Amino acid sequence: MIEARGLTKHYGPTRAVDDLSFDVAPGQVTGFLGPNGSGKSTTMRMVMGLDRPDAGRVAVNGRPYHDLPWPLREVGALLEAKAIHPGRSAANHLLTLAQTHDIPRRRVDDVLEEVGLTSVAGRRAGRFSLGMTQRLGIAAALLGDPGVLLFDEPVNGLDPEGILWVRTLLRRLAAEGRAVFVSSHLMSEMALTADHLVVIGKGRLIADQSMADFVAGAGTTVQVRSPRGAELGAALRGRGAAVDDGPGGCLLVGGMGAAAVGDLAAELGLAVHELYSRAGTLEEAFMELTRDSVEFRAEEPAPPAAVERSP
Amino acid sequence: MTLWAEAVPRALPPGHYHLRAVLRSEWTKLRSVRSTMWALAVTVVVGIAVGLLASSSTASQWRHGDTVDRLLFDPTAVSLTGLLFGQLAIGVLGALAMSAEYGTGTIRASLAAVPRRPVLLLAKVLVFGTLVFVVSEALSFAAFLLGQAVMSGSAPVAHLSDPGVARAVVGGGLYLTLLGLLALGIATIVRHTAGAITIFAAIQLVLPIIVAAFPAKYGHPVGKFLPAVIGSAMTSTTPYGAHTSFLPSFAPWRGFALLCAYAAGALVVGAVVMVRRDA
Repeated sequence: MIEARGLTKHYGPTRAVDDLSFDVAPGQVTGFLGPNGSGKSTTMRMVMGLDRPDAGRVAVNGRPYHDLPWPLREVGALLEAKAIHPGRSAANHLLTLAQTHDIPRRRVDDVLEEVGLTSVAGRRAGRFSLGMTQRLGIAAALLGDPGVLLFDEPVNGLDPEGILWVRTLLRRLAAEGRAVFVSSHLMSEMALTADHLVVIGKGRLIADQSMADFVAGAGTTVQVRSPRGAELGAALRGRGAAVDDGPGGCLLVGGMGAAAVGDLAAELGLAVHELYSRAGTLEEAFMELTRDSVEFRAEEPAPPAAVERSP
Repeated sequence: MTLWAEAVPRALPPGHYHLRAVLRSEWTKLRSVRSTMWALAVTVVVGIAVGLLASSSTASQWRHGDTVDRLLFDPTAVSLTGLLFGQLAIGVLGALAMSAEYGTGTIRASLAAVPRRPVLLLAKVLVFGTLVFVVSEALSFAAFLLGQAVMSGSAPVAHLSDPGVARAVVGGGLYLTLLGLLALGIATIVRHTAGAITIFAAIQLVLPIIVAAFPAKYGHPVGKFLPAVIGSAMTSTTPYGAHTSFLPSFAPWRGFALLCAYAAGALVVGAVVMVRRDA
């Protein structure tokens, strides 16, 4: 269990994290979402005691990280892929961590097996691909069999099979009753993995709610196509709906259900060639919420895809 | 919270992580990076080889030396000449012991395991210090014994039982150890390999040149405080040493105490900034 209260961190004049409070509960995957530069990594570093908050506090299992009697047995973290000496073998890297906590060497072999690195255990980590480095970082997080896990962008550099593996692993860890806190800029990935979301923008808390509630907040859009679209659009606006022009001459209707749109068209005797309602996606909800808090943005309003791909 | 306790009944062992375990981890860190062990081996080989070279050239020229040369001749210091080369390698190793953690990002993994930062630093100091002490003393004794063997018959030789000789040979190992710890302390403060090694090299190589360029009136009182001058006195049986062109120096043990203070000072400052700064 992670409890953050009023966390604040400045870097010079920039407020990287601003009065942030949230909980990460056991037994579920809590997704940590925010545009680039919104303070996700800084927050995770403060949880781990690597950065000192300027104000506020964060406790893991009721204590500051610094005061945990067995940190690695209580918290496992993949903060940055590159936290490994390139001249040291994967097995020795894990052994140096295991030894600090009297964790038996056999456990090193077990986690290497778990992440699929057994065959390269003796190879120097400097020769690892990004994906292998990421797997080694996850192995390190699992080493102490901790009840709290933090993953900062865990699928970075992984191939589709690796991404599926991480997703399954995170779900399994949560199902085992662990608190799993995972940041990602891949909305689609988060939609498949997280039960709960903490969303921040410019270091501030924007949302802290279940995935279902968050996505519902995006609302639904009704897409309707009619040969007499202009008339239908005017009528819909007359009933208070928000109407936008959609692709191929269709109309995108907000604030009114598909049934109501169809009924109105029938009432007016307007033919309808296409009518369906689109549920909001995590991505839309996210874009909607963070529109005002994107730190770095292209001149034109960025299309969703551009944000998703930025590192 | 009950759900939590039932779902993951994770009984932690009693107590908490402790220094002894961190020492084991630090030892694994040192021995599991091949370059560390290579650098130590090279230090020993070069240190002995240079001592042999100096000893044999001294032996061959002994017949041609004048009276002053012969009066100042210190066979112990000559055989320990190689430590001068060893000190740079040891300094680099000491700096890397800490700066590599920052350079590679390993420090984040290390501090996740050992969030009490002074404990991590203390473990590094004890493990690195012990390893360097053992290797340096072995180097110093080997260089002395081999050097005397080479000079024997051609020039006067020293014996460990002669006055000041054992002190000088033991001093050679202590000197290298303290330089390594000083470099480790500097690296803890500056956190960058290149920066730490530059500062260390400046102290050992550049400062003595600058001080030597001063008029004696200013240079001599300042020069006494240089680690290189202290090291010279520590590895000699005469007050003049073999390498410092007669710069006056503190008495060996007093210089040793000063060097201890330098290393301790750098490490304490390092510990303070390590605790204060974000990692």
